[in-house]
Amino acid sequence: MTHSGNSFKRSREVSFGKLHSFHGGLQLPGHREITANTPIGNAGIPPLLTIPLQQHIGDPAKCLVKAGDNVYKGQELTKAPGPFSVPVHASSSGTVIAVEERLVPHPSGVKENCVVIETDGHDSGPDEQQNALDYLQLEPARLCELIQQAGIVGMGGAGFPTRIKLCNRKQNIELLLINAAECEPYISCDNRLLQERAAEVVEGIRIMRHGVQPDACIIAIEDNMHAAEQALRTALESASESGITITRIPEIYPSGGERQLIKILTGREVPSEGFPADIGIVCQNVGTAAAVYNAIARQQPLISRIVTVTGEGIARPQNLECRLGTPVSHLVAAAGGYTKDVERLLIGGPMMGYAVQSDNIPVIKTTNCVLAVTREEMPAPLEALPCIRCGKCTDVCPADLLPQQLYWYARSNNYDAAQDYNLFDCIECGCCAYVCPSHIPLVQYYRHAKTEIWTQESQKQAADIARRRHESRLARLERIKQERAERMAKKKRVLAGDDGSKDAKQSAIQAALDRVKHKKQQASNTPKNIDNLTAAQQKKIDEADTRRRQKQSGNNN
Amino acid sequence: MEFKTYSSPHLPVTGTVSVMMLRVLLALIPGSLCAFWIFGWGALFNILIAAVTALLAEAIVLKLRGRPALAGLLDGSALVTAVLLALALPPLTPWWIPVIGSLFAIVIAKQLYGGLGYNPFNPAMAGYVVLLISFPLELTLWSAPGAHMGFTDTLSLVITGNLPAGQSLDSITMATPMDSIKTRLGLNETLSEIHNGSLFGSFAGAGWEWINLWFLLGGLWLMQMKVIQWQIPAGMLGGLAVIALVFYVANPDTFTTPLFQLFSGAAMLGAFFIATDPVSASTTPRGRIYYGIGIGLLTYIIRTWGGYPDGIAFAVLLMNLAAPTIDYYTRPRVFGQGGGSTP
Repeated sequence: MTHSGNSFKRSREVSFGKLHSFHGGLQLPGHREITANTPIGNAGIPPLLTIPLQQHIGDPAKCLVKAGDNVYKGQELTKAPGPFSVPVHASSSGTVIAVEERLVPHPSGVKENCVVIETDGHDSGPDEQQNALDYLQLEPARLCELIQQAGIVGMGGAGFPTRIKLCNRKQNIELLLINAAECEPYISCDNRLLQERAAEVVEGIRIMRHGVQPDACIIAIEDNMHAAEQALRTALESASESGITITRIPEIYPSGGERQLIKILTGREVPSEGFPADIGIVCQNVGTAAAVYNAIARQQPLISRIVTVTGEGIARPQNLECRLGTPVSHLVAAAGGYTKDVERLLIGGPMMGYAVQSDNIPVIKTTNCVLAVTREEMPAPLEALPCIRCGKCTDVCPADLLPQQLYWYARSNNYDAAQDYNLFDCIECGCCAYVCPSHIPLVQYYRHAKTEIWTQESQKQAADIARRRHESRLARLERIKQERAERMAKKKRVLAGDDGSKDAKQSAIQAALDRVKHKKQQASNTPKNIDNLTAAQQKKIDEADTRRRQKQSGNNN
Repeated sequence: MEFKTYSSPHLPVTGTVSVMMLRVLLALIPGSLCAFWIFGWGALFNILIAAVTALLAEAIVLKLRGRPALAGLLDGSALVTAVLLALALPPLTPWWIPVIGSLFAIVIAKQLYGGLGYNPFNPAMAGYVVLLISFPLELTLWSAPGAHMGFTDTLSLVITGNLPAGQSLDSITMATPMDSIKTRLGLNETLSEIHNGSLFGSFAGAGWEWINLWFLLGGLWLMQMKVIQWQIPAGMLGGLAVIALVFYVANPDTFTTPLFQLFSGAAMLGAFFIATDPVSASTTPRGRIYYGIGIGLLTYIIRTWGGYPDGIAFAVLLMNLAAPTIDYYTRPRVFGQGGGSTP
């Protein structure tokens, strides 16, 4: 058996040897040097933890605690009703003081249900310590269940339940792709994680590989993350792991986007309305791998994550490990507080992150970066000029869209045309707005248009229900009217006698009467009161039927 | 603490329309200087008169429309329009020709349609075509390459129409090479006979070849600076060269060489600076190629069989008409929507 590091290749991997490229993209200034070279700090235990009940994409989970309950570290606060949901856990011990709506990280500054825990500082876990599991002894299905119970979602930003990606699929998976491409400027939490805990990440990848059972497993890393790459290689070597290879990819934003990364590594495109699993690929972030390691090897649910706290608005930019639910204000204080010129606070990176009004919001599972910037660093946007159709946006769009057309249609509220131009394939990466010489906030227009279309569609569904109700009412009224007309006709016929007048009106009435008669005849032909018959009765009926049929066939002849 | 909120992306943008237009103007300098060298002061007067008129007109119309006039002037688009129009005009044309052309370009072709970004036709070419159709005589007043008059003589001719003593219009003007060739081919001369005159320079029309060369260099710089993309110039020059080659090979006595076509008239100015006007051109990557090819083919057809000496302006306007349709049928295949290299 060969154990020569990465030179060993499995036969199926050959097809993933060559790098491909996606259309467009940008080379952006990195701004990562400081945080990528500073060790991960610890934000400690804040006095209050605000834990939103829903931190994932999918079905909401059911709350299990109420105000006054004592909780231990790692205790389940919610229960997932099905596979498309994950629970959240108490990230330290203390007392639940409220389950109520609080500000959560969201572009619109909305409030959502949160469990608010006053921490006791003991950080005590469950009474009975659980032993580490040997994942190789676990059935893949059981492994996936454990991953779900640990509350793990995609840590790269999307928050998709990891169990669904790992297990809920029909076909064989060719490639497990580990995303270490941190393409957005400023963010370095994955980079730092790899530098300091590569062994844990590698172990997490091996656990996921056991769950997925792919033909090949590749870690994709940007070609400027030398220290992280070296740490990974060392970890792979000391684990004698030859089934996982490392591939360097060029630093082009948004190469860390799942679909873009898959295109680079395999040349395949994930179908517009499909998932990577549809083309035999599962893509996971390195942060998720570390969380999986914690969940299986340490029996610890997802209660903390690494957040890059950076920008010129932060006194000591660095990566901080913090409990989920930690207020952003606490996190910033742990990084030395704000500088005096801070103006804007972003959750996420500078391209796809969103600006928030207040720092009184918690860190959640998908918070990879807290970016506080000054006016000099990111000046207020310039006033937008008319689009001159220069097409720079088209040239950089990684989804191959025509942003200038989408803008035109979104601006004129022509949503049908916007959809026709594939508005919903827009990933809101911001490349188009970044290069626009007219400084048009393009992404804002697309988001607005998408929201409008969703609203219209839900309104349309409501209208459809109302319309169906209206139509059935009309039909009922029509039926009643007809029945009344029939009754009238019958009465008239009785009054007038069946004299067979020859004028047209009369014959029309006659025709109508005939129709009615025919209908009634048909109705009367259907047998009645034939339930619960005795054998003798049934026999009589059968005889009668036979006679009638004979008579009819005789008449027909 | 309250923070300011804006929509993503948050990284500061890199380019502005003003910088793009400024680069276009910079790239026009070598060719313009060459035109000045070949045709004398009249070339510069045209640029000056057109520019002043265009800026005034732009400012007044923006004011009337209740738009910020200064911001409109600073985007530089009016200046670019004026310079492009002026470069298409003959150097000894009277002052009111660039004035009328600029006015039409800015007021009618650009601002009445909604200003920058909304004009369906290239304003400079619309202005030029109006002049060409309305004042054909004034648009033939090209001076003989290299034989130019002094500053004051040119100024007085342009402003007052008075010629220096002892000169006639016929003695100081000269038909352009393409115009002469068309006339003399019409008189059943062959190209080899025409070649013996002073019409031809080193590889194309005398004088014009150098102007075209400098515009080519300016255009390549624009491409390098990513102000324009390669598709439209490549499509147009390629289309022009291919159709010229076909006819040249078929009958070299009546059809000029592809090289002559590429370096005569406004070919290079058209390919890199006029056809690439983003507002009125096709904007899809594939569409730009077809749009360029269309201009190249139409230019050749109008040059060769049409009633006008050069065909760029008409070709550009005709393809402006076709641009929305081209865009509609050349939409790129969206990521993940079939046709990919999925095995």
